[in-house]
Amino acid sequence: MDTTVALIWLPPALALLGFVLNGTLAFVRPRPGAKTLVSIIGAGVLLAAFGVSVAIFSAFAGLHPDAPLVFRYWSWIPVGTLQLDFAFQVDQLALVMLMVVTGVGSLIHLFSIGYMKDDPGYARYFAYLNLFVFFMLVLVLGANFPVMFVGWEGVGLCSYLLIGFWFSEQANADAGRKAFIMNRIGDFGFMVAMFIIFWSTGSLDFETVFSHAPTALVAGGTTVTAITLFLFLGCTGKSAQIPLYTWLPDAMAGPTPVSALIHAATMVTAGVYLVARCNLLFAMAPISGAVVAGVGALTALFAATIALKQWDIKRVLAYSTISQLGYMFVGVGTGAITAGVFHLMTHAFFKALLFLGSGSVIYAMHHAYHATHSHEDAQDMRNMGGLRRHLPWTWALMWIATLAIAGIPPLSGFFSKDEILAAAFAHGGAQPLWFGFWALGLGTALLTAFYMTRMMLYTFHGPNRTGDTAREHLHEAPWIMTGPLLLLGVLSAAGGLINVPELYHGSAWLHHWLEPVTEQGAALLPQTHLSQGTEWVLVGIAVAVAVLGIAGAWRLLKPESLVPAATSPEERGFARILRHKWYVDEIYDALIVRPLVWLSREVLWKRVDQRAIDSGVVNGAARGARALGWANRWLQTGQVGVYVAVFVVGVLLLLWRAIGRGGS
Amino acid sequence: MLLSPALAISAVLFTLGVAGVLFRRNAIVIFMCVELMLNAVNLTFVALAQELGVGGQVFVFFVMAVAAAEAAVGLAIILAVYRHKHSVSLQNMNLLKDG
Repeated sequence: MDTTVALIWLPPALALLGFVLNGTLAFVRPRPGAKTLVSIIGAGVLLAAFGVSVAIFSAFAGLHPDAPLVFRYWSWIPVGTLQLDFAFQVDQLALVMLMVVTGVGSLIHLFSIGYMKDDPGYARYFAYLNLFVFFMLVLVLGANFPVMFVGWEGVGLCSYLLIGFWFSEQANADAGRKAFIMNRIGDFGFMVAMFIIFWSTGSLDFETVFSHAPTALVAGGTTVTAITLFLFLGCTGKSAQIPLYTWLPDAMAGPTPVSALIHAATMVTAGVYLVARCNLLFAMAPISGAVVAGVGALTALFAATIALKQWDIKRVLAYSTISQLGYMFVGVGTGAITAGVFHLMTHAFFKALLFLGSGSVIYAMHHAYHATHSHEDAQDMRNMGGLRRHLPWTWALMWIATLAIAGIPPLSGFFSKDEILAAAFAHGGAQPLWFGFWALGLGTALLTAFYMTRMMLYTFHGPNRTGDTAREHLHEAPWIMTGPLLLLGVLSAAGGLINVPELYHGSAWLHHWLEPVTEQGAALLPQTHLSQGTEWVLVGIAVAVAVLGIAGAWRLLKPESLVPAATSPEERGFARILRHKWYVDEIYDALIVRPLVWLSREVLWKRVDQRAIDSGVVNGAARGARALGWANRWLQTGQVGVYVAVFVVGVLLLLWRAIGRGGS
Repeated sequence: MLLSPALAISAVLFTLGVAGVLFRRNAIVIFMCVELMLNAVNLTFVALAQELGVGGQVFVFFVMAVAAAEAAVGLAIILAVYRHKHSVSLQNMNLLKDG
């Protein structure tokens, strides 16, 4: 086995080391130079991990084995027939994720050095961020479901910790809890799926499960459908899909680089990774495939409509993320695993860029307001406008990302989004339902182009609404922040090149790279093929829709007519419904939270706990003992003679029993 | 042998003792009745020792020793009670009763 690939334990170990060191420094009293040390450790371990990952990647590419390389470290849970090792597995899919996590992660760590510079919790922040990367790597490298689940839970924990990073404000702590609880609902599905997998295949190792699955499970049967649907329930929690998506917009309460790393580029794509990893199971369960693609398509459109009317720049991006994750699920649900993973990757580039760009904007706004002692909202787009003059780099780079996410050729998003849409359309030939998903996807593309242009218009164009004194203080962030933006800009623009389809005489490198992972599942799916003419028409439609969205936003929206947030009137009519996110939070509150709270308070607390347990059992036992004593106190006369008499009677009775028994 | 008459006397003595403890009120008399019961048991031990070996006779000495110790403690208690209550009648002794 190749020695370089065997270093696969090193990237997670480096991240864990970073966590331990920074975690220790977080407890040390801050002193000069400590922050530099934290920065060097925090970003250094990630850069080192990225370096190792590149080496592993190139070594693995040289081997290009058909089966995953599994490295077993120790026996973890040996229980009867369940023999679980703590093991990592290196294959083409895991490596793509490894590169994205460490690569984009490194850039975001670098950005964080500037963004979090003045924060008192600097060391704690980097400790959490390193810990997150560690768990994310465990998630993508795990060779069996439980190891993956450890990572899955771990990233959830770090997400919770980082959303509530500024926990002194109630809203932030609440957002963290909301994310954690919503994820728990999904995790329940993941666990049930694991139980069924073990019950039906007798193993939890990826290799064994996927080699036994075709014989142990009936394709299209109830078992495999149940497994995949429960797995997908886990995905809806982690990857913020209907019905469990509502935590992600609230997760924007965390620092912006966190939103970029966890809630856009890596953690939320874990669900897509899970479906891609189990693509064989999903291919065996056509109903689940339809559910995945359908939920994805609906989520994509639904979230895009909400993004149309948000004012908070990060919330626009949050809904955009949900929407793009929906796209990825359309891809993997269709069986176009490569398309889904490809979009995952390009999305990691351009969405990280957009989030970091918005971080750069918020940083500038925050400093401007801080310098003028103003308490305006630094994230509200109504307070921005015209920032292009003050933040030219951010402006240019964010436009690249905007065009990429809108799907303008030849930027990265164009290729990946187009591949998903084409796959959905092609699948429609076998199952007409997919034409509907394709239409939803196309509608989403229109809305995506529209709301992204709206965000850019309101943020960077038109007159400035920040305030006359604050405007003087608006300026570009330091290079430690703009540098990563620049690199991400390059990746957003050129990232599509790794999978240029054959239509444009490309090599479709990613497609061939992932073939060892996907071919087994792909063989089970209906073979679909589009003629070149159809493909060109589809591309034409997709690009036309994107251009229409951008041009429409440009023509319809008037940044000049906006007023600062403090004086803005409330929307009316349909816009108000969108502004309030279709009132989904309120509906969940009325349908689930309130009944649950009522049940807990009125029934479980006041009836079961207070009356049955406290009054009935606990106090009842005391009362019963007291009543017994009260009833028997007449026996205690205090007369020795009576006691003796009772004693004698007792002895006589015992004697009588003993003699009677002996006689019989 | 004289086993049956001895056991019969022992039973009569024991019953007398029990009856005395039950129906007399004077603490000294009750105390004497307790001693009577002990001696009834002693008689049984000695009588049965004829049949079953020397163990019963040994046990009599134990009982006598304990009875002597008990007599010392019991009489001391009765004295203390008398000093406190100026009576040795157990009818008046119901300190254990609540209220």
